[in-house]
Parts: sequence; C-alpha cells; structure tokens
Amino acid sequence: MIEVEGLRKEFVLRDGRFRRRRRTVEAVRDISFRVGQGELLGYLGPNGAGKSTTVKMLIGILVPTSGRVRVAGLEPSRQRIELARRLGAMFGQRIQLWWDLPLIESFELLRHIYRIPPDRYRQSLARFREVLDLDPFLRTPVRQLSLGQRIRGELTAAMLHEPELLFLDEPTIGLDVVAKQRVRAFLQEINSERGVTVLLTTHDLGDIERLCDRLLVIDHGSLIWDGGLSELKERYSGERTLIVDLEEPAPPLQLDGATVERVDGVRQWLRFRGSAAELTARAAATLPLVDLQVREPDIEEIVRRIYEAPEP
Amino acid sequence: MAESFAVYCRLAGANIRAQLQYRVSFVIDLTATFLLSFLDFLAVLILFHNVPRLAGWSVHEVAFLYGSSAIAFALAELLVGHSEQLAMRLRTGTFDVLLARPRGTLYQVAASELPLRRLGRVLQGLVVFLYALAGVNIDWTLGRVAMLFAMVPTGVLLFASMWVVALCLLFWTVDGNEFSNAFTYGGQTMTQYPIDIYGQWLRRFLAYLVPTAFVCYFPSLYLLGKNDPLGLPRIVQFIAPLVALASAAVAGLAWRTAVRHYRGAGG
Repeated sequence: MIEVEGLRKEFVLRDGRFRRRRRTVEAVRDISFRVGQGELLGYLGPNGAGKSTTVKMLIGILVPTSGRVRVAGLEPSRQRIELARRLGAMFGQRIQLWWDLPLIESFELLRHIYRIPPDRYRQSLARFREVLDLDPFLRTPVRQLSLGQRIRGELTAAMLHEPELLFLDEPTIGLDVVAKQRVRAFLQEINSERGVTVLLTTHDLGDIERLCDRLLVIDHGSLIWDGGLSELKERYSGERTLIVDLEEPAPPLQLDGATVERVDGVRQWLRFRGSAAELTARAAATLPLVDLQVREPDIEEIVRRIYEAPEP
Repeated sequence: MAESFAVYCRLAGANIRAQLQYRVSFVIDLTATFLLSFLDFLAVLILFHNVPRLAGWSVHEVAFLYGSSAIAFALAELLVGHSEQLAMRLRTGTFDVLLARPRGTLYQVAASELPLRRLGRVLQGLVVFLYALAGVNIDWTLGRVAMLFAMVPTGVLLFASMWVVALCLLFWTVDGNEFSNAFTYGGQTMTQYPIDIYGQWLRRFLAYLVPTAFVCYFPSLYLLGKNDPLGLPRIVQFIAPLVALASAAVAGLAWRTAVRHYRGAGG
C-alpha cells in the first residue's frame, strides 16, 4: 500500500532580517519502509522529528527532495488528485469542516467535492452516525461543537468517501477518556472489518498500546525503529520490575542481579533483568512471600529513553 | 465542466449561508460598502465641479470609464479576491487540507468564499455606469453594441487574472496581504481615469506591463469615438478580449508556480 525508499526532504531556511543567509535543513533523511494493505501502524517521534513532513509527502502535499514514494500504486506529488480520491486525511488541529455551518452541511459539501454517489453516501453516513453517535449534534454549527464532537465530525469527514488508506494526525488529542475509547474502538473496527490501512501519528501512547501492531519511530529525520511494540520494549528496556509482598516488613532484599527500587511496608519493588521465575525462587528462599507481580516497563518510559538517546 | 460549476455553486452557496449566520454584520457591511464606494465617486464629481473637462474627457465620459471598470473589478473581486482567507490558510497551514482533496487548488480557493458584501460595489458601479450612459453620446453601431457587452466580461477576466497573480505573491510573503492589495486595488484605481492624466512612464506601464488599460480604457475609446493619446493602431482597441485570455493564461501559470513553491518548501 505504501512504499517508501530513500526518502529525503530538505528545506531551505533563510535567517537574518536584512542579510539573508541560506541554510539547508534536512527534515527527513533517507527513510525507507513498506506498509501492507490492512496494517494499522503508529508513527511516532518528538516534535520536529519529521513525522508530518513524511506524511505530507505520502499525501502529495510536499514534493520529496529525493527518493521514491508510491502510495496505492500512485506517485503522490504527481498524481495528487487521483490519490486524494482514495485516501482520507485528518490533520489534528487543522479543521476541514465548515466552521459556521451545521455539521451535516459539511458532509453534504464533501459528498460533492469527492463525487460520492448518493446511495453510497447515504449508507456511509448512516454507519458513521451510528458508530460515532453523531445524531445529537448533526444539525449544530461546527463552531458550537465540543472538541470531542468535532473530532468525531472530522473523522467522518475524512472517511465519508470510504478511502482505502487513512492518515490520522493525533486523532485523540484533547479528548476525554470516553471519547478516546470511542475513537479507538472505531479505528479498530474499520481496520479489521474493512481492511482500511491506517497510519497514525500520535503522541498518545495509549493509542499505540491499544491499536498498533507495528511502530515506526522517527527522530532527527531518521527512522530509528520499525517493528512491533513488544520487541521495542525488549530492545530499549530489558529491565522489568518484580513487586513482592512479604509476610512482614523487612529491610531491602539483597539479591544478585536485582536492585530494590522502593520499599513500602511489606511491599518491595525490585528492578531486574533476565528470568522472573528464577529471581522469584531466590527471593522466596530468603523470606516467605505472600504475593507477587511482574511489571513490564510502560511505553512512555521507553519512548522517553529513545528520545533522550543521543543523535545517531 | 458543468459538474465543477455546480459544485462551485454549492460551495459558494455554503459560504453565503455561513455569512448569513451573522445577519446584522452582513447587512451593515453591504450598506457600508455601497455608501462608502460612493464617496470615492464623489471625489470625481467634485473634481469636475471645478474643471469642466479632464484631458478632453467630460464628466459623463469619465463616469463611463469609472463605472465599467468598477463593475468589472467588483465582480472579479467577488470571484477570486480572497487574499485575507488565503493568507490565513497559508499562515495556519490549512492550505494542506485543500491539497488533500481531489480538486484543483485555485478552484477550491475561489469557491471557498463569495464575499457578498462586495455586491455593494457592483451596485455602485452600475449606478455610475447608468448615470454615464444617460449623458454620453455614443454613435451606436453593431460593433459598438458588441463591444459594450464584451467589455465587462473582458474586464472581469483581466482583473481576476491580476487578483490571482496578487494571490500568488502571498505564497512568498505569507503576511503580505497589504502588499498584494496595493497591487490589485491600486491597479484598479488607475483604470478609473483616462490614462492621459498620468505621466508618460506610468502610462506605458499601464498599457503594456500590467494590462489594465485594456480593461475599460481602450474599449471606451472605441465606444466613445475618442482619439488614442498614445497613438496606437486602432486594432488595439479591439484586442482586449485576447489580452484578457492571455493574462488568464499567465495567471494560471503563476498559480502553478506558487503552489509548486509551497509544496517544495512546506507550509
């Protein structure tokens, strides 16, 4: 569905007020990846890492400096209009709905812009009304919608023409927990039931844990990770935490290969690498255990580590 | 083509409905534009109160020029004079949204706004034009009638092309809304007077470089049966429609270049 090879994008910046100096900045350096049909993948990286530049090149908004891009078999920058019919895009805070008109009118206008046949439009809209629960605010002007309602409107707007491919930029930013759940469930549904390929750029790690099987991580314009979430966790953090509840309070346990991070009454937190079973056995040999659990590092921590790593 | 026009009407209609959401402000805008534009023409009347003729032109003849130019300009502005909105799109990056849709960008920019308050100016132009028609002596021939009807569409096309070129400048200056406006509004003001009142270099500039003299001046020379002070061949008075088509082509090219610049540089 998406093929990217040796993709690069340079921007020329001009500094200075009077005497202008030209400076070339590499926003995207030599990125390659492939995305198959029906994948749901997360694209993450710190601000300014080159995420949205990449996505803009995939949509055909920006022309690459060099490299090869194919999306749905088309070359985005040359076949922009043809490609636009087949993909949907939602740009986070850049609204595409008509601000002063009732929500339903935006959908009507998009129907004409995308040349959606009337019966397909009716079916498609009916589905979104149900899944995203649009009916309560369908006739409300967009400017009066709450953020959550507006995002649901934007999602519908991006997908009314039933695209094969969806680019979503921060689709859950600023949403409350209930609205987040609703949007995530919806994305999961269109992905698994309709086989829509989804590329999600996000800062919300919950989105990634819930939705994505595969992750692309970009930093300083280079792709630094392409693979599954669990492999990423292993690679960037071999350390896990063993939490044990003892029968009665005790000084920190002295065990090889584990350091006690915290003690709270009968509960102790031990950071360790390697086998949890083996460590548990040794701990149990020292003092009687009442209960225990093993905690995986959470993704926020991993991502923080990746971002903080020095530039390659 | 027909389908594109139908969608244009829908989009423009949506914009009108959006404007009507703010009814009071809309009515005030429309009336204010209508009345204020008369102040502009009032200046012409005051001028003629003191001098009977300006470079050989009577008040009605100047009104003829002024009125036809004002109508053409106001219509062109209504169609593509959306510099504020485009500047906002370029500044905030919502121009991306247009590029992600399966339609041409200039088409979408044109269709996204139909500032109806500017109808006030069209009305004002019409009133001045009717005032002029009542007072000028035109020796009506078939050719002159045809020219009368060709004059406004030609003017609209020429002004619209100028507007598009001015919009293109926004892609480089981003906040250069005022700069673009100087170009368009300034260019239009020039066309409202006979060009012989301007200095030599400005005259040449108007006739050759920015083809505003073709908007109404040359056609008016023909309609009013006046001599061309630049002494150009008579054919020049008839080629305005061709000049308009040529400038539309130039404007189209400029737009493509501007969008390519945007797509190369990132918003």
